[in-house]
Amino acid sequence: MSQDTVNIIIDGVEIQATAGQTILEAADAAGMYIPRLCHHPDLPPGGHCRVCTVKVNGRPASSCTFPVSEGLVIENDTDEINAQRRRIIEMLFVEGNHYCPSCEAGGNCELQALGYRLGMLAPTLPYLRVKRELDATHKDVYIDRDRCVLCGRCVRASSVVDKKDAFGFENRGIKKRLSVDAVHGLGETAVSAADKAAQVCPTGCLTVKRVGYATPVGRRKYDKTPIGAEIEKKTAKV
Amino acid sequence: MATTTTNGKRKIVINPVTRVEGHGKVTIHLDEAGKVQQARFHIIEFRGFERFAQGRFYWEAPTIVQRLCGICPVSHHLAASKAMDVIVGADKLTPTAEKMRRLMHYGQTYQSHALHFFHLASPDLLFGFDAPVEKRHVLAVLAAFPDVAKKAVLMRKYGQEVIKATAGKKVHGTGSIPGGMNKNLSIEERDALLKDADTMLAWAVEGLDLCKKTTLENAEMLLAFGSFPSNHLSIVREDGCLDLYDGKLRAKDADGGIIFDQVAPADYLDYIAEEVRPWSYMKFPYIKSLGKEDGWYRVGPLARINNCDFIDTPIAEKERQEFMALGNGKPINATMAYHWARMIELVHSAEKFKELLPDPDLQGTDLVVTGTRRDRGVAWIEAPRGTLFHHYEVNELDQITRANLIVSTTNNNEAMNRCVNVVARAHLEGKEEITDGLLNHIEVGIPAYDPCLSCATHALGQMRLHVQIIGPDGAVVDERIRG
Repeated sequence: MSQDTVNIIIDGVEIQATAGQTILEAADAAGMYIPRLCHHPDLPPGGHCRVCTVKVNGRPASSCTFPVSEGLVIENDTDEINAQRRRIIEMLFVEGNHYCPSCEAGGNCELQALGYRLGMLAPTLPYLRVKRELDATHKDVYIDRDRCVLCGRCVRASSVVDKKDAFGFENRGIKKRLSVDAVHGLGETAVSAADKAAQVCPTGCLTVKRVGYATPVGRRKYDKTPIGAEIEKKTAKV
Repeated sequence: MATTTTNGKRKIVINPVTRVEGHGKVTIHLDEAGKVQQARFHIIEFRGFERFAQGRFYWEAPTIVQRLCGICPVSHHLAASKAMDVIVGADKLTPTAEKMRRLMHYGQTYQSHALHFFHLASPDLLFGFDAPVEKRHVLAVLAAFPDVAKKAVLMRKYGQEVIKATAGKKVHGTGSIPGGMNKNLSIEERDALLKDADTMLAWAVEGLDLCKKTTLENAEMLLAFGSFPSNHLSIVREDGCLDLYDGKLRAKDADGGIIFDQVAPADYLDYIAEEVRPWSYMKFPYIKSLGKEDGWYRVGPLARINNCDFIDTPIAEKERQEFMALGNGKPINATMAYHWARMIELVHSAEKFKELLPDPDLQGTDLVVTGTRRDRGVAWIEAPRGTLFHHYEVNELDQITRANLIVSTTNNNEAMNRCVNVVARAHLEGKEEITDGLLNHIEVGIPAYDPCLSCATHALGQMRLHVQIIGPDGAVVDERIRG
């Protein structure tokens, strides 16, 4: 065992992690799926959505930002924590206007896939029916704020990878919204369809135009296997 | 049930009408002598998909507007796709895409026609119009004619499997996209469908024979029931052949004279206009050159079989000739002949399965074409219930700015109203009460057109039969509810 190796326990299973990893990264490497929404492997962690919350030595913490250390005891796949995750996903569904039946992200949407994985059969909370604006001003990319979950992936990708800082948030609480660095919409920014920001949206909010329903039903990302299966599959091979 | 108001006038309301898709009601105004003054079929639901589509992107239209309906979403899916073909400049699809769409459409027609005839119409034909209500539904058919009912269920299932193989899902798939398709037909899918194609054709022919036998055995009553002359409108292929997927518009008058022919989709507004009447959410389309009074027409299976010159599948063509012989060279104008015509199309669809499925083009991989972008797209298709128009305008940001849908049932609006008038005059005049016979005949007449009121006003619902008698002062003085 190298000095960089630390031992942690997730759901009673002892695994070896590498110092510097977050709990989520260590779990991924061990083939143990921790549900997440705002996290993207190519971007720095945001810690926004709280879907990846686990209990670390009995206390809640977001696993995408919490670094591993020797002897951590982590609870992940428990009824209590999954119920909280399901409630977060449900709140995101009722806060936005997610018309899954006609959304082109259907079958590839991480929010939808998490709803299925966590057993959210139907919302139990009232829909807020908020008015959200569609930004179609860019010739190749659009923002459908009805579908925004405020994950901040596009904000981080535009800043860290694309170096354009085209996106940000404005307002607070229920009025918080994805904003663009322009007066008259996305069309005035330097964003292009090839940008990382345009590739990382977990829903259908920031979407490249004219792709539509190019992938047939049955071949979309989550048509055959639930979200997280690609991580759990790694363990099966080991 | 007899009701007479102080001045003797009565208004009868049937609300809702049953065994149709959606919400509608019938009102019949009687004068002091019990004569029918006026009868109307009102559409009392509203949905408004034309407005929903505004602001959305053009490639979303085939997926959004098909949500109008759970019965024939494929028709809307394909009509919108065809309109968007125009928008993206795809003037000629690849053979694979064209044939996949056609296969999807024949699957839709097959399942919808089987559903309507066996599940909705057959109780009337098998048990008679005056059979008790408890008997006039599909479960009674299942009990009395288990073989017919079982085949009906399996035929509908087969049509749905064709849709799944082409659209990706049995209901509300995404297979058709602007400029083509997102999938071809795999060998496995092809073989699974081919396996039962002969059986589906044989059962369709059996169904047609059943319909024909029942109609001819009761020809005096059935063919006279709800019969009235009308114009007929449908699309036909350039050579006059029946074509349910694509073609140009043809209109014939009640005697078979051509009113117009080979009209292109983009020119539809030069030939068809829509009238709004205050008592219905459903508009009244009419042929412009004939005006509002005389320009109304029938669409659907009856109009299609009347309008086409021939059918390019052998059994259906033979059946068409036998059917048309009833009219001695003129169009058939009997409402109940819709069922017979519908079954000819059921057979035609099954013949098309057998023609298309072995075609290797279906396994092609060239699925989408594009061309010069346009800002206006108009297309039509022959949906199971009749000609379906989709018209969109799209701005430079790819957003739909205007949508106009003229749905099959809307095209049949005036014809259904006429049917109610004819039936009311035949079965109500001079009667003192709202009888079961009246309810039954109204319930038989309207559904012959297989109306989908949900699509027509773009709504959704479940229907019962509700009859009210309303005095001239507007007060409900008596009512009966069934359902």
